[in-house]
Amino acid sequence: MRSRLVILFLLGLALAAPLVIYPVFLAKVLCFALFACAFNLLLGFAGLLSFGHAVFLGTGGYVTGWLMINSGLTPEIAIIAGTIAGGLLGAVFGKLAVKREGIYFAMVTLALAQLVFFLYLQAPFTGGEDGLQGVPRGKVFGLIDLADNQTMYYFVLAIFLAGFWLIHRTVHSPFGQIMKAIRENESRATSLGYDVNQYKWIAFIISAAMSALAGSTKTLVFELASLTDVHWHMSGEVILMTLVGGVGTIIGPLVGAGVVVSMQNYLSGGELGNYLNIIMGAVFVICVLSFRSGIVGQFNKFRRNNF
Amino acid sequence: MATFLGINFFALFGQLLIGLINGSFYALLSLGLAIIFGLLRIINFAQGAMYMLGAFVALLGFKYMGMNYWVALLVVPIIVGLIGILIQRFLIRPIVNEDHLYSLLLTFGLALMIQGIFTHWFGSSGQSYPVPEALKGGMRLPFMYLPNYRAWIIVVSVLVCFSTWWMIEKTKLGVYLRAGTENPQLLQAFGINVPLIVTLTFGFGVGLAGFAGVMAAPVYSVSPDMGSNILIIVFAIVVIGGMGSIGGAILTGLGMGIVEGLTKYFYPEASATVIFLVMVIVLMIKPSGLFGKNA
Repeated sequence: MRSRLVILFLLGLALAAPLVIYPVFLAKVLCFALFACAFNLLLGFAGLLSFGHAVFLGTGGYVTGWLMINSGLTPEIAIIAGTIAGGLLGAVFGKLAVKREGIYFAMVTLALAQLVFFLYLQAPFTGGEDGLQGVPRGKVFGLIDLADNQTMYYFVLAIFLAGFWLIHRTVHSPFGQIMKAIRENESRATSLGYDVNQYKWIAFIISAAMSALAGSTKTLVFELASLTDVHWHMSGEVILMTLVGGVGTIIGPLVGAGVVVSMQNYLSGGELGNYLNIIMGAVFVICVLSFRSGIVGQFNKFRRNNF
Repeated sequence: MATFLGINFFALFGQLLIGLINGSFYALLSLGLAIIFGLLRIINFAQGAMYMLGAFVALLGFKYMGMNYWVALLVVPIIVGLIGILIQRFLIRPIVNEDHLYSLLLTFGLALMIQGIFTHWFGSSGQSYPVPEALKGGMRLPFMYLPNYRAWIIVVSVLVCFSTWWMIEKTKLGVYLRAGTENPQLLQAFGINVPLIVTLTFGFGVGLAGFAGVMAAPVYSVSPDMGSNILIIVFAIVVIGGMGSIGGAILTGLGMGIVEGLTKYFYPEASATVIFLVMVIVLMIKPSGLFGKNA
């Protein structure tokens, strides 16, 4: 009952937020939050550290951006296409990456993402270094014009909630239970008759598709798809968001995305911009050394001990 | 006789030479990674940053203290190695019992910080380091012109790689190292100071990256992002070779440099991606890597 009230309260907050805060900033936070939730599905619940998740974010963005510019499709179709493209790429990468474990998995995903980065750098449809600029936001179902930032925000909120709900359902389904069993003890899961690699693969595909959904939406918000979203730096950022918020918690990546995006916005405004990477690196080091459960994990511990 | 069967030998050998030089650096870096992985079971994401640090320390020493190349070649790896020892002792050791993914993230954070600091100080454009006087000029070979410094890189890298391999496979110290890889608790029970060996090994592996950095300073431009660019390629090479054997890391590094060089001649569009494509193929055929043991 109490958790329902909390959810209703948060939902009310999200609906009222654009009255106080700049809607594009909020939409950015939600896009990254969905990205981080998708990443966390893999790291937090299947125990797989992907170091190349930016590639799915970027792919979704490019496909959606290209379709919006060149095809005249409505935004919801372009977003679905971007999501499917990310899922397909995830199916290929996942098939290769689940052959290795732990640290090797991280290196394989990083290398595969770099491969695609170079392809996108040279490919004719990505606009190279310039990216795809001036992507039109279009009208949802041909009816609702997204040109207004406030309307755009509510559209993003709806997408975020749908994606978040899907991830939440995945984690709490029998499939999610098996994923967690694999994370805790892979050989035991194997001995129980589960095809471990198959489960990891499916988790990878879902995570990739949801990341692409985040990227597709982000492209509409900023009317831009660029190489920044495919760069390994972006893969590092999503790890940081998840780590700061709390690996393996449902709400953690949302909190982490809020913190990291706010930090970036604040720092890139002034002369502190140069320090952004230094500070991000320092936050990484501090989190790993003494704050491994993240903000939400820490909060949950505190609540358990005191209430 | 410059062309035969439509192949321009001058261009081909030129690309092969560049490939061999890149391969020398791949070999030095992946060797360092493999040594560290062998004993600590972690991947040092800051290996690229340490390579960049080596090049920068040599450059700054030259600019502000007049440190010449030969001194740098000796002193810089020690400085970088000492920094590595401090990192291992004070940052990595406290989390040694946690999941190894955390140490990967820790070193990733360190790499971001180091690269960020140098970008802040020196901007992101490259700076040049002069080729030492004694190695200027070059030799005219039948098919190509070979600059002395480039020949020096290949010879010295192969020498350093081989002596490291010899030290690990053939000496008493190497026996301790390999025993530590197999069973650290048992080795400690024999009265060997295993934590010390672990720290020194990390320092040595990182020092190799610093050494590679000094070697690279005169041929590549010295810039803050030189490390992260090469590191991702080295990761792919490590996946291709598998980290089971020291010799495997060296051979794969050199071999992939040559593959890259050949690609640059025959199909230049794919030269940036060819190593990653080889990785994909290896993953499909022999996932544990060319020299990896099947786990």
